[in-house]
Amino acid sequence: MQTGKAKRIKAMETIHVNSSCDEAFIHAVENESGENVSLCYQCGNCTAGCPYTDFYDIPVSQIMRLVQMGQRETVLSCRSIWLCATCESCTTRCPNNIDVATVMDVLRHMARRAGKNPEPQVKTFCDSFLASVKRHGRVFEAGLMASYMTKTGRILTDADLAPKVLPKGKLGFTPHNIVGKKEITEIFQRYNAEKNS
Amino acid sequence: MSSSLTFAYYPGCSGQGTSIEYDKSTRAVCKALGIELVDIPDWSCCGSSPAHTVDHILSAALSARNILQAEDMDVQGIITPCPSCLTNLKVASHRMRDEQFKEKVDDLLNEPCRNDLPIMSVLQVIYEKLGPKALAAKVTNPLKGLKLAPYYGCIMNRPPEVMDFDDCENPVAMDHLMEAVGAEVMPFPLKVECCGASFGVARNDVVTKLSGKLLDVAADCGAAAMVTACPLCQMNLDMRQDQINRANKSSHKMAVFYYTQLIGKALGLSDASLMLDKLCVDPGHLFREIETARTADAV
Amino acid sequence: MKIGVFVCHCGSNIAGTVNVGSVAEEALKLPSVAFASDTMYACSEPGQDAIIEAIKEHRLDGVVVASCSPRMHEPTFRKTVERAGLNRYMFEMANIREHVSWIGKDKDANTRKAVDLVAMAVAKLTQDRELTPKTFDINKRVLVIGGGVAGIQAALDCADGGLEVVLVEKTSSIGGKMSKLDKTFPTVDCSSCILGPKMVDVAQHPNITLYASSEVADVKGYVGNFNVSINRKATYVDWAACTGCGLCMEKCPSKKSRDVFNEEIGTTTAINIPFPQAIPKKASIDPEFCLKLTKGKCGVCEKVCPTNAIRFEQKQETAEEAVGAIITATGYDLFDYTRYEEYGGGRYADVITSLQYERLLSASGPTGGHIKRPSDGKEPKDVVFIQCVGSRDKSVDRPYCSGFCCMYTAKQAILTKDHLPESQSYVFYMDIRAPGKLYDEFTRRAMEEYGTKYIRGRVAMVYPKGDKYIVRGADTLMGAQVEVEADLVVLAVGAEAAKGAPQLAEKLRISYDAYGFYMESHPKLRPVETNTAGVFLAGSCQGPKDIPTSVGQGSAAAAKVLALFSKDQLESDPQVSVVDIKRCVGCGKCIQTCPFGAIEEMDFRGMPKANVIETICQGCGICTSTCPQGAIQLQHFTDNQILAEVNAICQQTPAQNLK
Repeated sequence: MQTGKAKRIKAMETIHVNSSCDEAFIHAVENESGENVSLCYQCGNCTAGCPYTDFYDIPVSQIMRLVQMGQRETVLSCRSIWLCATCESCTTRCPNNIDVATVMDVLRHMARRAGKNPEPQVKTFCDSFLASVKRHGRVFEAGLMASYMTKTGRILTDADLAPKVLPKGKLGFTPHNIVGKKEITEIFQRYNAEKNS
Repeated sequence: MSSSLTFAYYPGCSGQGTSIEYDKSTRAVCKALGIELVDIPDWSCCGSSPAHTVDHILSAALSARNILQAEDMDVQGIITPCPSCLTNLKVASHRMRDEQFKEKVDDLLNEPCRNDLPIMSVLQVIYEKLGPKALAAKVTNPLKGLKLAPYYGCIMNRPPEVMDFDDCENPVAMDHLMEAVGAEVMPFPLKVECCGASFGVARNDVVTKLSGKLLDVAADCGAAAMVTACPLCQMNLDMRQDQINRANKSSHKMAVFYYTQLIGKALGLSDASLMLDKLCVDPGHLFREIETARTADAV
Repeated sequence: MKIGVFVCHCGSNIAGTVNVGSVAEEALKLPSVAFASDTMYACSEPGQDAIIEAIKEHRLDGVVVASCSPRMHEPTFRKTVERAGLNRYMFEMANIREHVSWIGKDKDANTRKAVDLVAMAVAKLTQDRELTPKTFDINKRVLVIGGGVAGIQAALDCADGGLEVVLVEKTSSIGGKMSKLDKTFPTVDCSSCILGPKMVDVAQHPNITLYASSEVADVKGYVGNFNVSINRKATYVDWAACTGCGLCMEKCPSKKSRDVFNEEIGTTTAINIPFPQAIPKKASIDPEFCLKLTKGKCGVCEKVCPTNAIRFEQKQETAEEAVGAIITATGYDLFDYTRYEEYGGGRYADVITSLQYERLLSASGPTGGHIKRPSDGKEPKDVVFIQCVGSRDKSVDRPYCSGFCCMYTAKQAILTKDHLPESQSYVFYMDIRAPGKLYDEFTRRAMEEYGTKYIRGRVAMVYPKGDKYIVRGADTLMGAQVEVEADLVVLAVGAEAAKGAPQLAEKLRISYDAYGFYMESHPKLRPVETNTAGVFLAGSCQGPKDIPTSVGQGSAAAAKVLALFSKDQLESDPQVSVVDIKRCVGCGKCIQTCPFGAIEEMDFRGMPKANVIETICQGCGICTSTCPQGAIQLQHFTDNQILAEVNAICQQTPAQNLK
């Protein structure tokens, strides 16, 4: 059941900084994103502009703070990073020129690799989308919906839109396979091979 | 035979389906304005949001394949109507300037790209290469009296270092083009505020809230319709307008156009070529009002 | 020659990474060295006394101190050897601290390098000649550029000290930014009440000549003898006749003239006196808005002026003043807030700057001191203040803190409550900077006694909703995004360098930083001096600062000038270039390359020769390296002296280096 209300961070136990600050995590985030998280002076401008704050469990400026303090588990387990739309409000407005959106993206990559999945529907949509691209070379919208509905069991998703959309012919029922679709499949295969090596 | 206005065209996946009217109206308008679009042969999906949220190298590879396909063409650059495709192509191009990054991307591809073509939006080309004055001169059917809220979407102009077009907080390209076709542009303050992006399926509440706010504010500023330049924005605001009304207990009946449809209409192109009938919220009454006002003026 | 070498330990600063004792031992082996020792702190009293004793005991005629940078202690040691009876230029320093001990930890390598540097110094010293400074007259008049509170203080202190002062002010009245303020923190004193008397003192002081509506056009000369050209702009009013009665203002029909004094939050008449306490209290016409000057119509002011003071044909004039010192007190300007498009970019009438708000609060402002929304004239209920607009923000190239905005915002929040008891003020801040006396207590008063809600977080956007504005920010302490519906939004804009500051700096030949603020000689120890002799700084032109600090610097600069003028003559530095007439072929290359214009052509028995104007020469040495004949030589850095150093270091055998 989806909730519109975000949950604030639950009351935290004392953080033992010497032992819980994961320096390797901080370095990894900085290396993968190319950003220096020490530049953040916690002004909150990112949170102030982020339209998704309503849905986050941890606001984006606090995620930056948690990264600064190396709190890997808290950060990678949160929902916020899965609900970030990369709308670039934060990056555009950061007074310290930090590309916050890329940091969020990188944290999402890390959460995936760590097997986290607090927003299963979001992940499933994303995976179904990419599976469709891998197969056909272009997204097959109806196929994507079918795959999503099957995997999540939410078979009534957007059913209410059907009467309006279908008569307008906006949803094709056949995929647009491209000639070079094998090339796309190969890109994914090589990516997966690299990832697993 | 190429000219200074010949571009490699990257339509984007949604242009084949849920935003087919955007693709068709873009082609029709470009033809009428003398901008030559040559489809990138056998183009493939750029990966949109899902790709970059999984891996940046994978995302860049999916874009790079298309950049490569375009590099053999005799064109001024690559243009696309979809801001999500645009940002993927541009960010891939930007990141691939780093040799180490490009090497990893090339490893995933059959063939590496040179990465030397400029990449722009169709809006940027119309605005910068043609301009509002030149557009106004071609208008035969001014949309006088049409009050519009111009909604650019969150990524068309942001971040400014990457997208490099118009102002990132208060863009005006579409405003000026709409004024050029005779419409009245209202002071809409949320021009670059996100609509909910691709969360419509997995987290419908996000879209109903964020797009709902956009509709509310557009109505507050006195707009009769919204005009957009992004398939996802248009879909969220138009196709999902009933979902929004139900979730927020509002009663919007706000038409949501693609800017190319309005330009096309002002240039006298047929409704069919602009696929105005594909819009979910019927804009018919607006055009009838414009027509009535015009005949009244003429009298 | 009998040279004494003194190698300093500088505690462990040098001795920690250099074997000081063996440097002294090696020095003794050098030719011409008659005495060498190591000492704990050469610059200390016992250290200096030991040098003087050694000079006397061993009849030394030259001294080398191997210690820190000459920029640190060259003047110190020169005075030391002078006290021992030697000419102060028979002294050299080898920098074995900044150039050796502070660089690396390899003691052997450091010691070898120190020995080399001492050898170079000794070699140069054998070529050094005694030099005697010349003296020249000083013109004991001072120019103060800028009539803000720092300039006013500097001018008054100089004038009270008996000096003649020329005060040049760009706008038509002195007073600067302080005259635009309603009240000042932390006492909430009325600004014009405390500044007014000082302004009147300036006008009435017999020693002060005030040029208002004037700018410095050109500065020639050198310390003690500057010649300044002052551009007196056309005001189109004869200030000798004008009594400041204000009748012209009442009758002028051009009422939409740009109101610079009121920060353009209102409009004024084309002919105007900027504010009631203006000094000089004279009218000026803005030529852009005057109907007579633009269209040849009207002329009402001319008809009604009781003293016939209007002069439409008035032209700009130039005045020349000769002075001995210059104090620059040109102040600051405010950041252009329209760059923040997310706050409306100047499109929203009720999003204003702090200084515009100050004019609304002021009884002499466009609303007579009643707080009214510029859009509809209504009284606001919810006022939101946003701090750090153009400060602490790398993304707009203003990474620095402007220092006074936290304080003036607290003041404005307090005043808002005084004016409008039903109002509610909110302040969005990142940190509160309140370091001065009673400052922090003042900011706490705004929160504790005046009910101002301070919210810790920046503001991402301001946009209109109906006739109010949504201010969307963050409260990082609550961990939330917050929205405030405001009637009026006040932006605490930061300070930046005054417009035209870099251009003036070029005229004065002083340095400025990346932001246009003028460079002091030393950020800690010499805040009001510049590296250009005779030019001093006061106030915000050096960096944003509050009123007490500006006043303090005004007095400090005056003190520096009074000290400079305490002698009747100044000594010139003998380390200047000198032309050997016999060698000079009159090619003129040195004249062309001298960046200071210190070399002139002169006639010597019918032949053109170069001549150095000693008082202008800054001793840079460019002429010396330019001259194809070697005819012009920079004293104390002649070709032979420098070659002696080069020979000392290059003629060593490899074996010597490997010790």
